[in-house]
Amino acid sequence: MAEQAPAARGDFISNLGKIYGLYTGGFFAFVIFLAILEQLGVPNQWIGYGFVFLTIAVYAVIGIISRTTEVGEYYVAGRRVPAVYNGMATGADWMSGASFVGMAGTLFLLGYDGLAFVLGWTGGYVLVAILIAPFLRKFGAFTVPDFFAERYGGNFTRFLAVIVLICCSFTYVTAQVYATGIIASRFLGMDFTVAVYVGLVGILLCSMLGGMKAVTWTQVAQYIVLIVAYLIPVVILSTQKYGVPVPQLTYGQALRDIAALEQGMLSNGLATAQTLKPHVQAFTTYDPLNYFALILCLMVGTASLPHILMRYFTTPSVREARKSVAWSLFFIFLLYFTAPAYAAFSKLEVYSTVIGRDLDSVRPWLFSYGVLGLVKICGVDAVSVEAIKEACSKIAGHPGVIRLEDFRIDTDVIVLSTPEIAGMPYVIAGLVAAGGLAAALSTADGLLLAIANALSHDIYYKMLDRNAPTTRRLIVARILLVSVAVAAAYTASTKPADILSMVAWAFSLAAAGIFPALVLGIWWKRANTPGCIVGMILGFGICLYYLVGTRYFAVSFYETWSWLSNASPAAVAKFNELKAAWMNAADEAAKNAAWVALDKHAQTIANWWGVRNISAALFGLPVGFLAIWIVSLLTAEPSKEVQEMVDATRRPRGQTIIRDKDAVLPAH
Amino acid sequence: MEQGEDRYWRRTSNLMWTMFALWVFFSFVIHFFVNQLNSIHFFGFPLGFYMAAQGSLIAFVVMLFVFAAAQDRIDREEGVAEDE
Repeated sequence: MAEQAPAARGDFISNLGKIYGLYTGGFFAFVIFLAILEQLGVPNQWIGYGFVFLTIAVYAVIGIISRTTEVGEYYVAGRRVPAVYNGMATGADWMSGASFVGMAGTLFLLGYDGLAFVLGWTGGYVLVAILIAPFLRKFGAFTVPDFFAERYGGNFTRFLAVIVLICCSFTYVTAQVYATGIIASRFLGMDFTVAVYVGLVGILLCSMLGGMKAVTWTQVAQYIVLIVAYLIPVVILSTQKYGVPVPQLTYGQALRDIAALEQGMLSNGLATAQTLKPHVQAFTTYDPLNYFALILCLMVGTASLPHILMRYFTTPSVREARKSVAWSLFFIFLLYFTAPAYAAFSKLEVYSTVIGRDLDSVRPWLFSYGVLGLVKICGVDAVSVEAIKEACSKIAGHPGVIRLEDFRIDTDVIVLSTPEIAGMPYVIAGLVAAGGLAAALSTADGLLLAIANALSHDIYYKMLDRNAPTTRRLIVARILLVSVAVAAAYTASTKPADILSMVAWAFSLAAAGIFPALVLGIWWKRANTPGCIVGMILGFGICLYYLVGTRYFAVSFYETWSWLSNASPAAVAKFNELKAAWMNAADEAAKNAAWVALDKHAQTIANWWGVRNISAALFGLPVGFLAIWIVSLLTAEPSKEVQEMVDATRRPRGQTIIRDKDAVLPAH
Repeated sequence: MEQGEDRYWRRTSNLMWTMFALWVFFSFVIHFFVNQLNSIHFFGFPLGFYMAAQGSLIAFVVMLFVFAAAQDRIDREEGVAEDE
């Protein structure tokens, strides 16, 4: 292990604590420096640019210092990343721009039901640790498809795994690049398209020269920025309001105040039982079936996403891989158990200072988000007192004060507005922007590497040119990395609404396509190649069919499966009515309009037993498992060599199963 | 007589199933009772809400550190641990 590592790198690893300690101290000093500049009258915009450019420059420097010409370092960071640091890197890899900026907003809107995301995005790590990661580390793969090819034999299983990987990762990476554009344009007033390409440069500088090695060390740096940026505003807010700097405890008090305000709003007519979702009340948005199905799909999806699993290929040993999953979850937990506090404090602010207020006394922070189209009152963007007064006066019987139903807020505002609500200086808002960017960039790096590595290692090296020399392998890897990154940035710059709404699909697709074959490959020796192929195709196929069918072909999906739909008699009647209207429409324009109405309604009833399409893996998973089980038992058992390979995978001691001829890696 | 390797895998599997059962409990079972738990208060939090927002998360984190230590002990006792 350590003694085989070249001395220079051993020095780097043993000094990690000092290096990142200095880095964190430097970051705090930088924040204080900008705070002083702000007091001296430097414009906010400059402070914002300072944050964004300096942090990106630091990541880029780390990326460039970590450049490598060695295959093992490029693909698995030389397998020298200690458990704690790999945990931080996984935390940054995992927490996306949307988690950072949007998660608290989702909890604000959904209350208890939003906690399905908090549970789903943490509990999956238990499955990673007990079922998968330590074994994959022992296996010694460079990519997740590598495991499929070796365990199940043949390039067809490898190819299937690559397809699933790209399906679940590409939309996801596009959304990350999009998020960098949104954050930079909102905070710095940069043009959205320019911001996307600035983000692209940031991503490439971090990943291109050093592959996994560079991404690892930048992700550690990005984790530190993002967690500091997430915690500071809400800690200050908690101290201001309750005198205790632990928001995770004090928001219990906020929940009680919210419940009292909710009762008040109901009794004085500011809200009705239909418009108000009590914050702690369960199952107001999802029914229990969908709530638990969503938790399951997010958890199993977590345990199947290749960009997460590949982080555990980088630890020095199986033992460290297990510890590293525990540390990963700890670092992720810090953010996710804070998000509900943001939601509660914001809700308290909105319920106590917005709802029931006279239109003249609306708090000014609302207008700065109204201008961006993120806060609406009485159906219009809240740009000024006059605008909302005019809009509200048009509503019949409007009482002149803001009712709950008049107020609409975008989920992104909750985290972004907290510094302003608490009256903190702009420097804190800039810090939050830097944190959001770190979250989006780090996730984009990981995803990009997962896709590009699957193309360069699995498709190019393993399937097309097995004799490629090291230099050519690494050149191809970098060309593919840049191509995928540019494709993602280009797609993001077109603001594709559909792609962004598809991100949530990634979890179900990964769960259905990868999880059954991966887990059975380790835990059931009898699982064989035909079983794997049939299981992956059927599991992934059913999942994809359900996702695409219910979203894009809702009318025909409903008609085919109406006997499984949970549509109420009234909804069925409405469907028939809309369908008749569409068939009888007089001209082309009327027909199109009728179709849109019909399709929109069909999307609400096109389902099997009422399961929402975000939880499609609820069908894909059992089908995948069953298919592997049945087909494996009907066909010959795997060869003795494969069974011995499984035995060796389960035993921590000894050499890895796969050994790359070009890689200089520690012996085990 | 059970061979060394088989015994290693049996103990590893038992640990996995124990953790798996705990995972099922904290991911799903406890939240079936959210409405009943919400009538109990804990630091001002309704307990059902608290379990989904923090309680289960803390359980997951603790479980994983315990798992890493327990599996490592099995590895050492069965002689399959890696060299340090």
